[in-house]
Amino acid sequence: MQTAPEPSKTEKEEHVSDHPHPDNLKADQQSGAAILTQCLVDQGVEFVFGYPGGAVLPIYDELFGDERLRHILVRHEAGAAHAAEGYARATGKPGVVLVTSGPGATNAVTGIADAYMDSIPMVVITGQVPTGLIGTDAFQEADTVGITRHCTKHNYLVKDPAELQSVLEEAFRIATTGRPGPVVVDIPKDVQIAVPSRRITAKLTASHRYTPQMAAPAEQLIEAVEMIAAAERPIFYTGGGVINSGPEATRLLRQLQDITGAPVTSTLMGLGAFPSEHPDWLGMLGMHGTYEANLAMNKADVMVCIGARFDDRVTGKLDAFSPDSKKIHIDIDRSSINKTVPVELGIVGDCSTVLGQMIESWGARKPQDLGEWKARIAGWRARECLAYPEKSAKDPSAIMPQRAVERLHALTHKREPIITTEVGQHQMWAAQYFGFEQPNKWLTSGGLGTMGYGMPAAIGAQLGCPDALVIDIAGEASIQMNIQELGTASQYRLPVKIFILNNEYMGMVRQWQELTYESRYSNSYSDSLPDFVKLAEAYGWTGIRITEESELDAGIEAMLATDGPVIVDCMVAKDANCLPMIPSGAAHTEMLLYGDAHEGTMDDEAKALV
Amino acid sequence: MKIAHDNAERHVLTVTVDNEPGILAKITGLFTARGYNIDSLTVADISDDHAISRITIVTNGPPQVIDQIEAQLERLVPVHGVVDLTTAGSHVERELALIKVTGTGEARVEALRVADIFRASVVDTTTESFVFELTGAPDKIDSFIALMRELGLVEVGRSGIVGMLRGAEGS
Repeated sequence: MQTAPEPSKTEKEEHVSDHPHPDNLKADQQSGAAILTQCLVDQGVEFVFGYPGGAVLPIYDELFGDERLRHILVRHEAGAAHAAEGYARATGKPGVVLVTSGPGATNAVTGIADAYMDSIPMVVITGQVPTGLIGTDAFQEADTVGITRHCTKHNYLVKDPAELQSVLEEAFRIATTGRPGPVVVDIPKDVQIAVPSRRITAKLTASHRYTPQMAAPAEQLIEAVEMIAAAERPIFYTGGGVINSGPEATRLLRQLQDITGAPVTSTLMGLGAFPSEHPDWLGMLGMHGTYEANLAMNKADVMVCIGARFDDRVTGKLDAFSPDSKKIHIDIDRSSINKTVPVELGIVGDCSTVLGQMIESWGARKPQDLGEWKARIAGWRARECLAYPEKSAKDPSAIMPQRAVERLHALTHKREPIITTEVGQHQMWAAQYFGFEQPNKWLTSGGLGTMGYGMPAAIGAQLGCPDALVIDIAGEASIQMNIQELGTASQYRLPVKIFILNNEYMGMVRQWQELTYESRYSNSYSDSLPDFVKLAEAYGWTGIRITEESELDAGIEAMLATDGPVIVDCMVAKDANCLPMIPSGAAHTEMLLYGDAHEGTMDDEAKALV
Repeated sequence: MKIAHDNAERHVLTVTVDNEPGILAKITGLFTARGYNIDSLTVADISDDHAISRITIVTNGPPQVIDQIEAQLERLVPVHGVVDLTTAGSHVERELALIKVTGTGEARVEALRVADIFRASVVDTTTESFVFELTGAPDKIDSFIALMRELGLVEVGRSGIVGMLRGAEGS
């Protein structure tokens, strides 16, 4: 710092506009790090999920003693990103991550990519080496904006501290509006320390370059309601966009369903938007969807896709996907419309706004008599596609994993728990057998399919919803991917529950090997498993093991009766498969069901599909 | 196992963007990540304050892919707008090329004569070489280069296409 000599009176007046007296500047004279924390407070951020390191020390020093923000110290940056996702998904507010440069940023990339695929609002602050060292292969340097360019909605490298505030404001706006997504703000260490003499506000806050379209044109809505009103076999196919649009979208969806009478199916990400107890609920659709949902999609004459994106897990074989239906697609992201499935009517807009407009446009119309359609659906429903075998063929005394999820649901649903999952068979069983009545209660990695998502997501959700019962339904393989986060839950006294369906296999891999590779179980056995009960105890958790079906209810009750965090290691049948299943490349009508023979091999075309 | 290929058609897109670091990488990366083709790409800033750049991309693909390219580009935050000149109406396309030719005697004279026909101008010369500058539609440049190949072509540099709609309206 230099101290200028006392200027003469006339000089002082001349300089006043450029260099005001320090006393007049106090509020503005903040370092980059202080501007950042102030911005986070202004944005209403409660929690920052992070891990310190060299390139973020100035920010951590700002956080020290700052009562306005609560920093949650994770055990690995991947945990920070997933915890922020879980918080965002459970509360509807953006998740905030703070990590250091280089490995801190690269470790967070999986969670960023996950949030991008599932449209989760998230702002990730990454430290960077000082601007002068960028590009020199400095210690802990990584090209964070380069690496995250294609897995973020937008990203920034802030080289001028004067821009920091406006960049952060825009970052939050981009992350939370339109189709939500992760935004990375990379801040070099010298920018965190520098005290800008001015602030650039106008340039970046101008909205000309980013204005998501919320409402749809009136003529499209008239066309849409007339298509629905004329339909004899309508179906609503809803997705994560309804959840992202907020609780109002859920309410309006239920209202629109009520006046049109159309049956409803949903993607994995959209579960909870429509109540699973409702008579017109068809269950999830797609690869592990119900028989009735997939057949109804196949036979429908008008399909209304609301906030979903025709993912390959939903459509199966594209040219056989809902061949006879006229399709209406409501999505806030124009690029989702006609991406894989051509539609008759694409409506760009926010789910909640457009649903409201549709209800208004519907007016006093009456739907067609859907009696015949509903009778056909009842026929498909009678197939009871989720009725799994009573016993495992190889081990008749083993607990069926489906039963375990059913019992977990039966004993907890009154408490409206938040369920997170890892990825694999247990995730699909949770989606199939755990009914959801409300949105924001189901947190799962749908698009990216990230094993290791569930526990950190449960931690984030528990922080956001401190009074909720939060359960991670896990597999013994997935849970080990971010097992270090046990310590995070212990540190913040978070009473999360982990319910492991332990079948000693990466079950979904094993199932596919059975279906396509003649049961050559290459590297899918979970060897050398830890003793999860002892592991729980080592971290100060409670560990419970369930091995017999007779212990199932008591084990779950014991878990619920424990105030603190609990791991339940529930040993289940090793050979259980997740059905119904549409095999790779097959149509909705070619579902494998319980009782079908399915062991064998497949041709190369089918093997090449994911 | 067959790998499928679709019937492609050529489109010229103009993209107006905020002139910020990394925007070109964002756009070219989008093309590689999603498997789209770039035949040519030009970019330069076009506003007094250097804040806005215009990118002209020549791409090819089936109509639904071209539509997706447009939608994916519009999704990028710094992108202000995308115009598909090929579908938007009648438009002009121009490209600049520098072409170096060496030779003496009759070939040298012939090169100069052909350049005159094509209205190429000589921007550098030695006793045994020319550098021609030629502006025009890409196929005109193609045919000029083809003729020069027989007359001592040494080096070609092309700018890629810049395009604009005809008529009084801005795009």
